[in-house]
Amino acid sequence: MARIHLRGLAHSYKDRPALREDYALPGLDMVWRDGGAYALLGPSGCGKTTLLNIISGLIRPTRGQVLFDDVDVTLLPPEKRNIAQVFQFPVVYDTMSVYDNLAFPLRNRGWDEAALRKRVGEIAEMLDLSASLSLKARNLGADAKQKISMGRGLVRPDVAAILFDEPLTAIDQHLKWQLRRKLKEIHRQLKLTLIYVTHDQVEAMTFADEVVVMYEGEVVQQGTPQDLFEHPSHVFVGYFVGSPGMNLLPCALAPGGATIDGQTVPLAPALLEAARAKTGDTVLGIRPEFVKLAPAQGPRVVSATVERVEALGTHTLLVARIGPHPILAKLPEQAAISGERVWLELPAAWTILYRDGKSVARSGVSAP
Amino acid sequence: MIKTTNNRAWFLVLPVFISVAFSAIIPLMTVVNYSVQDILGPDQRVWVGSEWFTQVLTDADLRDALVKQILFSGAVLLTEIPLGVALSLCIPARGPGASASLVLLALPLLIPWNVVGTIFQIFGRADIGLAGYTLNALGIDYNYAAHSGDAWFTVLAMDIWHWTPLVALLSYAGLRAIPEAFYQAARIDAARPFAVFRHIQLPRLKGVLTIAILLRFMDSFMIYTEPFVLTGGGPGNATTFLSQYLTRLAVGQFDLGPAAAFSLVYFLIVLLFCWLFYTAVQNVGRAPEQEQA
Repeated sequence: MARIHLRGLAHSYKDRPALREDYALPGLDMVWRDGGAYALLGPSGCGKTTLLNIISGLIRPTRGQVLFDDVDVTLLPPEKRNIAQVFQFPVVYDTMSVYDNLAFPLRNRGWDEAALRKRVGEIAEMLDLSASLSLKARNLGADAKQKISMGRGLVRPDVAAILFDEPLTAIDQHLKWQLRRKLKEIHRQLKLTLIYVTHDQVEAMTFADEVVVMYEGEVVQQGTPQDLFEHPSHVFVGYFVGSPGMNLLPCALAPGGATIDGQTVPLAPALLEAARAKTGDTVLGIRPEFVKLAPAQGPRVVSATVERVEALGTHTLLVARIGPHPILAKLPEQAAISGERVWLELPAAWTILYRDGKSVARSGVSAP
Repeated sequence: MIKTTNNRAWFLVLPVFISVAFSAIIPLMTVVNYSVQDILGPDQRVWVGSEWFTQVLTDADLRDALVKQILFSGAVLLTEIPLGVALSLCIPARGPGASASLVLLALPLLIPWNVVGTIFQIFGRADIGLAGYTLNALGIDYNYAAHSGDAWFTVLAMDIWHWTPLVALLSYAGLRAIPEAFYQAARIDAARPFAVFRHIQLPRLKGVLTIAILLRFMDSFMIYTEPFVLTGGGPGNATTFLSQYLTRLAVGQFDLGPAAAFSLVYFLIVLLFCWLFYTAVQNVGRAPEQEQA
């Protein structure tokens, strides 16, 4: 177990990278706490797997360093790094039994058979594989194979971290829940550092203590699932996390607030000041969950045109428009919406101003 | 899905049945016809039953040819399969090196059998052939026209040179089909190169190697042109393999009855070996699990 520190890490798959676009990871500084359960969340192609492979040593970064407990391991190959990795599709050694599969990483590291048997037994117990230890790995189903892959990751007790690269992609939905719960349980028992790559926000949110959101090779936010939901510091986080994603309303800065299609939403002077100091597109973000129906015109209330109302059982989804900009509101089931116009309140606590994609409040005020 | 039973579906097999009948069964029946009768002319035929079969199966020359043939095919498989796999492991996975190696490797495959025979006939000559001259200069008394062992090894060398590339190409294709994650997992597990070969590459080459073994077996078991061009089956009968023996019987001596009987035996031997190889390769590493089940 170790603290993993990435320092000035950049990677490009091209031989002579010059432009920003040439880099899969343009530059990253990050610390993974010892014993943390992290989820690395992002869309396909954002550099998650590249980052993981750099940590495990399968890829040597173009620039920067990887430190395990302040020891530089950047140049070490994976077998010398004490790291385990589980891949997207189950990797098992077909010709070996389940037992030999689990024992393989230990045998290669010169464990004696008695200690090995005990350890493999423990891991098999943890993953419910005890009954199939003597079976050939090839005959098992995809979920059992993936359990074996995970087992080979977990079997070494001294690893700095275990990296999971979307390990549940090939698994049935109901087994996914089981395995994920199993992993959480194992994490609690063994206190290992786990880094779990996924593009599924639900998976990330349920698995991890801390979620790291990546977008185009950069870490745009790192925080607890709640933090990501309530205070997305980047428009991408707002859009990617949550279902439906955050409302992102293009606006203009005006004295005393931000103007959305002629309607001004008041903002704190300090915030406006900070926003004026920056450049780029100005966007006002609010999650559909926090938009309220208002009875009449008020200080933080805007007028919107109703497009349609969807009753979704547990709540009502209002799809409306402020001028040309769509806005969604997740309202209580019994919300009464009549007529073509509604008044929507945007509470100050949940309204976030973004410039050039990044939240303005965050840069001035420290994160809550 | 609901499955319906309809026997009229058998009609869909009819076109295949007809084409197989014309391509295989009907010509084969001609051979069967000759093998059980003594056909002297269009209207003169005598039923002889199993006489031709008894004759060919007790023929000492033929048994001798069969033993030589099995030894030869065995030597071909034992050399070409490991060598081909070893070669394929040396070819780079991508880049210009890969294309260059593949093209170079494929060149012998483009050369016709009789040309290969001629190449080696000249190549092996002690007076003007590079290999023959060099071997003799090194003090090895090499002469394929005089020593039966030399002739046998020359034919083997020809076959290896000609057909190992095929095994290598098949094996290379199999290797490229192994997902990268297997190699990555092996690195994480600190597997040594031999373990990677034994537990990842070899099991995943099983399919292509089955094909390679079957192709090389069938082809080498029917070898004809190369020894014919080199020494005409000699010296003595040293390189007279089965098909040449058969040709001599049928075309040379016009013993169509025994030749037909032997053709059928030959066919059954090939079929038997193919079945043996196929089952053996398919069952590699599978035996222990049947005990479990």
